[in-house]
Amino acid sequence: MTVAAGIKTLKIDDRDFSARAQETILDVARQNGIFIPSLCELKGLSEVGACRLCLVEIKGSNRLFPACVTPVEEGMEVTTNSERLQRYRRSILELLFTERNHVCSVCVSNGHCEMQTLAQKLEITHVRFPYRYPKAEVDASHQRFVVDHNRCILCSRCVRVCDEIEGAHTWDLKGRGIHVRVITDLDEPWGSSETCTGCGKCVHVCPTGALFEKGRSVAEMMKRRQFLPYLTLMREDRE
Amino acid sequence: MSKLKLATVWLDGCSGCHMSLLDLDERLLAVAEKAELVYSPLVDQKIFPNGVDIALVEGAVSSEEDLDKIQMVRERTKTLVSLGDCAVTANVPGMRNPFGVRAVYARAYRENVTLEPGIPNDSVPRLLPCSRPVHEAVPIDVYVPGCPPSADTIFYVIGELLEGRPPEICAKTRFGA
Repeated sequence: MTVAAGIKTLKIDDRDFSARAQETILDVARQNGIFIPSLCELKGLSEVGACRLCLVEIKGSNRLFPACVTPVEEGMEVTTNSERLQRYRRSILELLFTERNHVCSVCVSNGHCEMQTLAQKLEITHVRFPYRYPKAEVDASHQRFVVDHNRCILCSRCVRVCDEIEGAHTWDLKGRGIHVRVITDLDEPWGSSETCTGCGKCVHVCPTGALFEKGRSVAEMMKRRQFLPYLTLMREDRE
Repeated sequence: MSKLKLATVWLDGCSGCHMSLLDLDERLLAVAEKAELVYSPLVDQKIFPNGVDIALVEGAVSSEEDLDKIQMVRERTKTLVSLGDCAVTANVPGMRNPFGVRAVYARAYRENVTLEPGIPNDSVPRLLPCSRPVHEAVPIDVYVPGCPPSADTIFYVIGELLEGRPPEICAKTRFGA
């Protein structure tokens, strides 16, 4: 097979692009500076389409497609920013705010939070849906880290980084629908987890203040992600 | 030209938004040239007047008194501004919501009280089951998130509204700002 056979040409927002066959719409958009929001996608981790914020339109279908898990196809015509998509994105993000107790003003991640930043970028000044105010736990049993379920958006980055990069698979998801929670081991306190290596990767990939280092107060938790592309690159080299 | 009527209202909040308003400092004089402050916790006026042009509301709707008050304010106001995260999201006052109002009363009036513990049934407004954003109680015209919104943001918002323009606030403030 020639290289050319593995190349797909497609249109995104009426501009022509070529991409490798295994690339997703989101890959191509990111490489070319086209803004598609996402809170669960993180370069270096597998894509799961959890947050639904990267939904795009593809000509010929009424369905919306999550750009992070939709591979490019020859002749595809993608729209990333229609009025309908903007409306849905805003609604999805607003619903994320209602689902847990995101109190930005007293959050460790205030000012460094991907969700907060995205809300501003999408020009969300208020949430039109009623807040749920669920009772959510805070597990501070770990020696160095805390999980605050009030701030969790179930992006599953912690689950993926722990499984795919650290290889420990301490994190997982339990429950269905509105009752889903991230858990450590078989839903045991994080502090008594036998698989957790204490590496802290989960903390630093978390887009909000759901996972943070102990001792951080309001607005003090800065996430450092530099390790992720580096580790991924090193592993690709070895393969 | 007659001055526009400006009011500010303090519901369930920490007064930080009003402090931020006072941080306008000498710019308050510029506001005073165009608007008359007809009602506010900062002035000695007991009753919210009719025909208010712009009202800034700080705080969440947490008690029966808050609810009555904001409904009256809405009726008497042309442009109602939800000012600050407590008004816009219920913010910190809303943190009691997951626990339920009985637990809140018990904590405040029984568990932490040594002298005659008991839940008051007069003199203190009765709490609503949940502390809610203002726009869940009445329609809002302008939203200004922030905890608190900066003096610059408030000055910009008031300035635009006094000129009859809808303020574009997204670049200036956000939740938790």
